[in-house]
Amino acid sequence: MTVKNELIKSILASIWFMFLTFPIMVIKVNTVTDTVEWRWYNMAVVGIGSFFISMLWRYLIRKKEEGSKKEKKDTVGPVQRILQDKKYFLPGIGAALLFTIFFPHIFSMYQTNIMISALIYVMLGLGLNIVIGLAGLLDLGYVAFFAVGAYSYALLNLHYGVTFWIALPLGGLIAAFFGIILGYPVLRLRGDYLAIVTLGFGEIIRLVLENWNEFSFGPSGIANIPKPGFFGFELSLQATTTFTFYIIVLLVLFTIFVINRLQNSRIGRAWSALKDDEVACQAMGIDKAKTKLRAFALGATWAGMGGVVFAAKTTFINPASFTIWESVIILCTVVLGGMGSIAGVMCGALLLILLPEYLRDFGEFRMITFGTVLVLMMVFRPGGIIENVRNTYKFEKSSQS
Amino acid sequence: MDFHITYMADDSHNRRDESRFKNIYLLRLSYKTGSRTGLNMDLEYFSQLFFGGLTRGSIYALIALGYTMVYGIIELINFAHGEIYMIGAFTALIVSSVLTLFGMPVLAVVVLAGMAAVVYSCSYGYTMEKIAYKPLRNAPRLSALISAIGMSLFLQNYVLLAQTSDFLPFPSLIPDFEFWEPYAHILTSPELVILITTVVVMILLTFLIKFTKIGKAMRATSQDKMMASLLGINVDRVISVTFVVGSATAAIGGILIASHIGQINFYMGFIAGIKAFVAAVLGGIGSIPGAVLGSLVLGWTESFFTGYISSDYEDVFAFLFLVLILIFRPSGILGRSQAQKV
Amino acid sequence: MKPILEVKNMTMDFGGLRAIDNLDLFIDKGEIVALIGPNGAGKTTFFNCITGIYTPTSGDVFIDPDGDGKKERINNLKPNLVTRRGLARTFQNIRLFSSMTVLENVMIGCHAVTKAGILGAIFRGPSTKAEENLIVEKSYNILEKIGLAKYVNELAVNLPYGAQRRLEIARAMATEPFLLLLDEPAAGMNPQETLELDALIMKLRDNEGISILLIEHDMKLVMSLSERIYVVDYGKKIGEGTPEDIRSNPVVIKAYLGEEIEEDA
Ligand SMILES: Nc1ncnc2c1ncn2[C@@H]1O[C@H](COP(=O)(O)OP(=O)(O)OP(=O)(O)O)[C@@H](O)[C@H]1O
Ligand SMILES: [Mg+2]
Repeated sequence: MTVKNELIKSILASIWFMFLTFPIMVIKVNTVTDTVEWRWYNMAVVGIGSFFISMLWRYLIRKKEEGSKKEKKDTVGPVQRILQDKKYFLPGIGAALLFTIFFPHIFSMYQTNIMISALIYVMLGLGLNIVIGLAGLLDLGYVAFFAVGAYSYALLNLHYGVTFWIALPLGGLIAAFFGIILGYPVLRLRGDYLAIVTLGFGEIIRLVLENWNEFSFGPSGIANIPKPGFFGFELSLQATTTFTFYIIVLLVLFTIFVINRLQNSRIGRAWSALKDDEVACQAMGIDKAKTKLRAFALGATWAGMGGVVFAAKTTFINPASFTIWESVIILCTVVLGGMGSIAGVMCGALLLILLPEYLRDFGEFRMITFGTVLVLMMVFRPGGIIENVRNTYKFEKSSQS
Repeated sequence: MDFHITYMADDSHNRRDESRFKNIYLLRLSYKTGSRTGLNMDLEYFSQLFFGGLTRGSIYALIALGYTMVYGIIELINFAHGEIYMIGAFTALIVSSVLTLFGMPVLAVVVLAGMAAVVYSCSYGYTMEKIAYKPLRNAPRLSALISAIGMSLFLQNYVLLAQTSDFLPFPSLIPDFEFWEPYAHILTSPELVILITTVVVMILLTFLIKFTKIGKAMRATSQDKMMASLLGINVDRVISVTFVVGSATAAIGGILIASHIGQINFYMGFIAGIKAFVAAVLGGIGSIPGAVLGSLVLGWTESFFTGYISSDYEDVFAFLFLVLILIFRPSGILGRSQAQKV
Repeated sequence: MKPILEVKNMTMDFGGLRAIDNLDLFIDKGEIVALIGPNGAGKTTFFNCITGIYTPTSGDVFIDPDGDGKKERINNLKPNLVTRRGLARTFQNIRLFSSMTVLENVMIGCHAVTKAGILGAIFRGPSTKAEENLIVEKSYNILEKIGLAKYVNELAVNLPYGAQRRLEIARAMATEPFLLLLDEPAAGMNPQETLELDALIMKLRDNEGISILLIEHDMKLVMSLSERIYVVDYGKKIGEGTPEDIRSNPVVIKAYLGEEIEEDA
């Protein structure tokens, strides 16, 4: 009789969702002509869709519950096995590197530009991963530091002629400085308050940029930001794009290196512990505020550097590029990929940024998909597509004991 | 309406620029900022700001109640709460337009549209909890919070795609009362209705929580979920009821504000929601009188700030306010400051 | 010899509730002292007040690790600083780092006595490497001592209950304390495990020279381990002395122990 039960449940869900979506999905009032458009087709789609989705949903929930009854395992998925196996790992990395090196020469400048954007997101994702994946701090104002970096370069260049190469570390430092200034007072707060306060800070920075015309040129933004220079040589547009591509690739590699080192260090472990249990963490002698502040400032540094690259790449910035939704997109790449996992975050960022680019029709569904991804990942796979695995240590002694 | 689709500076990313209508949707409660001469004018201007702030605060309160109730029970900041309020306003608009086209009398339209808005908001609130939060009851708080953000993003874009990204004109459901004419220059009739409705909702809610069985169950659950369930309280049901009640108050807020301002948009819930959250925190999250008090304080401060100082930085001010409260008095005005039990 | 821990007139209020009422307590070097009392007597609160998790309403907490009379008042220190002064604790409701392995849990304990920072982590110079190796080695040694070596790379949550309690002790040991505060270490253990725990605590005191203050409901364990016992009820001290004193103290028997002590001892 379970089949019958399932069917009934699905039909009920289907009816419920048809009811729920009725006014918004079916009726559309045209206020100019004063006519109503009845879109019954939508109702049919919702009805049939929710019938099957509810079945799938219940199946997945049941599977998840069964899974959680079993011992919690540090499951090593196929992806990690490949990542850990030197036999596949090294050639894989080699191939990826070769592909990256030749990418700008194989594909058009347009493609290269898209790839640069995607890699900027990879860098931002990895930076946010320090804050949220490693240290467990939900920072919804991350894009503010991205803005700080971008505006640092744009303004320093405008007023003092500071070049890209000097602005890059400087942008990172200024963003880190902001991170510390903002982080210091708020890091004592509980996790969910932190999310709201960082969101508030993100909006404050954007609104200030938007309204303080004398400083930031308001909504019209700053144009003619120079692209990265190559030892003072004049490069063609094509060559500059290729050059920018290599710069961002190197930056991503640098980021991976740093995060990998951090993750397997005393600081990385402290972050991880802080994420698990703050009280116990303090009782182990870890300074909560200082440890959090370090994660916050480091994350901001990467956002700042990403911002400098972004400004140099687009040559034009305005506050509209730094809305809260940008933070949410970056958050989404981290969550989808796998909080704390470097490979995961990279995959997440590439997937989420490249897919909508190539699926043109999909463009308008971009944000709604992000929303769905956030909910579904949290409900069914909070670890992300490539889950982070913990370091293990080998001991000769352990075989004897 | 002043709404354009602009493209992000980065040519390969075309996304709608939300910042364009950042401020427009905020509770702009028509201040007459004419010339101010003499003491009399100053007094009148002051009372306009005072009552404007009061109205604004009442609406924040209607939204803030939902935040505070949900937080009180499951300690989750329901980011998507503002979206419920938006959906309430949309439902009211759609239903009232259809009924008007069918030629129904105005009073019937108002009542039916209001009921539809409340019913639908409650249904959305209920469903949202079942989908996005219930499976995460035992997960880390971070997960539920991310899920809530996802839900907010989803609902906004759901309305955007199924309806429109434009501002829709919203009929003024509240007429100007004749008997109120003499006082209308200080407090308009719609503002009066907003105030009265808020007070009534507040009283009903207090009654619900203090004197009914489900209210007692709610209080018990908010103190100790484990204990409550051992005592035979159906915690899942209590949580559902909380979402439904919170959604209903948000829907009422949505209709009132939409009819007062005269336009709605899919994005209206977000900033209003954040501000209501600020109010809830200001008053002491989890405390119902706190939510009301916090909302009024926020409404007044915003009103006077924009009236006397500058309206450019209105939102900056609200956020700054939030940050300062959280830093200096995280438990809020009426919140109990409690050492976390270890 | 001066006491290494001295608590004077400590009071802790939660709103209207007085959880600790004017409590005095001291511990000498190398002692095993027990703090007992009925449920809700304020024992855990007392630990939280000493370790900086709560700030007591009034009263003083002094430490003097060497027992040479140079006392330090630690009332207003943050918990992490208290731990760095050499006071380590376990939690009644186990608070392990559940997503980390057993070894990593102990490695976190080493945090207090190591110092590599961000730059050290990124460049990983020789001193950082040496420190890392030292941390791993030290943690492993502690696990061997506590008898958890076979679980090194397991996730902490997957351990059996008794082992989790011992891991809490191992983790606290890694902070190199002079005084160990154990909050109901035997709760949930079977008699066999409790016996092992008894031996372990003795060993820690005898071999490592660590003094121990323990909260416990298992009277058999308390009576066999401790040299002195404090009894609290409703936050007030109602008795203090050797196990024999406590067993025969009428106030204590009336307030709390009564039949239980007859049965157990
Ligand atoms: N953070 C807090 N806020 C309010 N009351 C608290 C807090 N922590 C403890 N209490 C109260 O203080 C009293 C003492 O609690 P405590 O946990 O110290 O008891 P205990 O002696 O450890 O009991 P048990 O043997 O059950 O562990 C209890 O009434 C408890 O409810
Ligand atoms: Mg206790």
